[in-house]
Amino acid sequence: MRAAAGSGHPDGPPESPHLIRLEEVTKSFPGVTANDRVTFEVRPGEVHALLGENGAGKTTLVNILYGLYRPDSGSIVVRGRRVAIRSPREAIALGVGMVHQHFKLVLPHTVAENAALGLPGTPFWAPARDVGRRLCALAERYGLPVDPDRRVWELSAGEQQRVEILKALLRGAQVLILDEPTSVLTPQETGELFKVLSRMREEGHGVIFISHKLTEVLEVADRITVMRRGRVVGTVAAAEANKPMLARMMVGREVVFRLTKAACTPGEAALSVEGIHVRNDRGLPAVRGATFHVCRGEIFGIAGIAGNGQRELVEALTGLRRIEQGKVRILGNEVTNRSPRFLADIGVAHVPEERIRMGIVPGLSVEENLILKRHHRPPFCRAGLLHLASVRRFAQGVIEEYGIVTSSPNTPAKLLSGGNIQKLILARELSGQPALVLAAHPTYGLDVGATEQIRDLLLRQRAGGAAVLLVSEDLEEVMELADRIAVMFRGEITGVVAGGEADREEIGLMMAGEERVRG
Amino acid sequence: MDLGWLVSTVSRALAFGVPLLWGTLGEIYAERSGVVNLGVEGMMILGAYAGFAVAQTVGVPALGLLAAAVVGAAAALWHAFLTVTLRANQYVSGLALTLFGLGLAGLLGRGWEGKPLRVPLGAITVPGLAEIPVLGPMLFVDQTILTYLGVLLAVILWVVLFRTRWGVVIRSVGESPATADSLGINVTLVRYLCVALGGLLAGVGGGYLSVAYRPSWTEGMTAGMGWIVIALTIFASWDPLRAIWGAFFFGALYHLSFRLQAYVSPELLKLMPYAFAILVLAVSGFGGARWRRRAPGSLGIPYVRGER
Repeated sequence: MRAAAGSGHPDGPPESPHLIRLEEVTKSFPGVTANDRVTFEVRPGEVHALLGENGAGKTTLVNILYGLYRPDSGSIVVRGRRVAIRSPREAIALGVGMVHQHFKLVLPHTVAENAALGLPGTPFWAPARDVGRRLCALAERYGLPVDPDRRVWELSAGEQQRVEILKALLRGAQVLILDEPTSVLTPQETGELFKVLSRMREEGHGVIFISHKLTEVLEVADRITVMRRGRVVGTVAAAEANKPMLARMMVGREVVFRLTKAACTPGEAALSVEGIHVRNDRGLPAVRGATFHVCRGEIFGIAGIAGNGQRELVEALTGLRRIEQGKVRILGNEVTNRSPRFLADIGVAHVPEERIRMGIVPGLSVEENLILKRHHRPPFCRAGLLHLASVRRFAQGVIEEYGIVTSSPNTPAKLLSGGNIQKLILARELSGQPALVLAAHPTYGLDVGATEQIRDLLLRQRAGGAAVLLVSEDLEEVMELADRIAVMFRGEITGVVAGGEADREEIGLMMAGEERVRG
Repeated sequence: MDLGWLVSTVSRALAFGVPLLWGTLGEIYAERSGVVNLGVEGMMILGAYAGFAVAQTVGVPALGLLAAAVVGAAAALWHAFLTVTLRANQYVSGLALTLFGLGLAGLLGRGWEGKPLRVPLGAITVPGLAEIPVLGPMLFVDQTILTYLGVLLAVILWVVLFRTRWGVVIRSVGESPATADSLGINVTLVRYLCVALGGLLAGVGGGYLSVAYRPSWTEGMTAGMGWIVIALTIFASWDPLRAIWGAFFFGALYHLSFRLQAYVSPELLKLMPYAFAILVLAVSGFGGARWRRRAPGSLGIPYVRGER
């Protein structure tokens, strides 16, 4: 650890020990202090991980480094010189590059055009040709193969990430910020990314690696800084750290890693899907002949990288998207292309992917959101009028049961935190004792506490005899919860394996579409 | 149908297509940067009025066209201010601009109503090319310089859009302003410039009507051309080169709606360009994915840097 921050920079030494350093940086948004006197630095040739839960302030911190936010107080020092970073342009000029969690790419354009955008020194005429050549040279040096003439929308998430890294390197990035870079990668692609990072380390770059996954942070980083609620909890050398210690720093209490999960006793099939074909928003085939079944009393997990048809599959099963071909049976009923209300009435619960856009009506109150789906039936509706007393009684009951933190049942749902919004949705969906639960990314973006509660709720549904279909990009989550795991790739189920004997490598290959396994 | 009929039809279609071409080229640039401007009709009529007023007063048609360009660009800047800086709804602001332009030009132009222009922009004969049989009289006689400048401009704008650094910037801003912003591109500036260019070209298109085509001033003389421009922009799938034949095709429809009056009821004929415009929009809606894929990704959406 370096000495504490202070005015001790003797006129910027020519070889300062860090590339970039944030000192006592504070940034507030209305209602929250996202960064509270944060001090953080990166040295040349190191991968410095920034670890913390969602909402801990990691992204805010790097957005300050990249000039997207201005800090309220504190200073930024680059190679011993105090600077103000007012815009991404200034950040780039100072040698800071960033790969955002949601890529900043122009999808219809080619790789070269994307790289040429805003790049100083590109020729006026035919910029893509020149930049394409430089791109190939860089790609060779760092082991990041790309085709400069391909259009970005045709590339896989891993390839798009390579383009983002190359874009930053092309701009002379000394410090590269990677925001949750592995969330879109298969385990194999993650391995390749780590190789690229070690090459960057050898070349003397500094890498800021943002993550909330303990295992990969321990694997890739030299030093780890843990943040919690906007503050730095501490910085440790990766060699001296271990998982329980980091988890404790991150969450602020002991964390249990193993969920208690009873043995699986599958009953009859609650959902059977036979060769369905579904199109995406662009009218292109998204689900291509998926066949599987989910039994009562089991959790059936669907793993895969986002955009391989999972969203369209769930929407088709909940009646939101047309099934072009194939059959869906739920509890013995043929339900292909039946309406969402019909499906809800026969006991299908849906925990949607985008919880704020599709899961709640943000402007309605908590209690109103809790009775959506059943608002048209007794006891909530009598003779066409809402029976407010029963609504209130029901709401108070489930708020208690599911531990939803809200100031009152009248509070607009949009004012709740992400975890409480998700609990609200689960309370609504699960309180009717569904026979089939379709859950898409149920813990995405939630903190450890809320995640544990949500997973526990799903396991209780399974214990109670419901069939649970769990779609998640988080492979750890699927492996932990699911009794059987299917992998989706380009709209097809590339294989089904039993949860207990699942192998990360094998699933990773299936996620990349390389191997078909019968199970 | 003799050859003379065809020659004069093509020749007049070209002349009538000119304002459509200029307007469409402008709207293509505005929309490529992500801003829909439904104020084309308003900017054209303001351009027509300003062009006539200046040309009539000064006696120099070129100055009239310059004034039309300036007024069109100024009107567009107002739209840019509302939609880019204040992030107002682009459709509402554009409609307001159209209504405002029509009203203001009508009010200011009362004294000039129906007056012919003293010195109109002259027609030119392209030396040499005009001698070609059939094609010569069709394409190279009796046009104003704006016909050829319009085609040249379309080619230049195509090259800029698809073969230069600026083009990458403009298209990126229209597709994904957040990406452009994260690479240090000034999204606001790019959008202002593109919208202003759109207004400038629409203004010239309007000025052409009052300074060259008619040449006189009548209230509401743009007669819905601004709306055809909006449809043409989609019809041309935001490509300046396609705008050329799209504009001249609609020019022909306009012209035929006068020409065929001897045989078909004039009311029906006047509907023709608009009916086609509706057809184009309907077809592009049905064609779904394939057409829409070419529409700039952030068209119509104000850009707000992601604050929480």
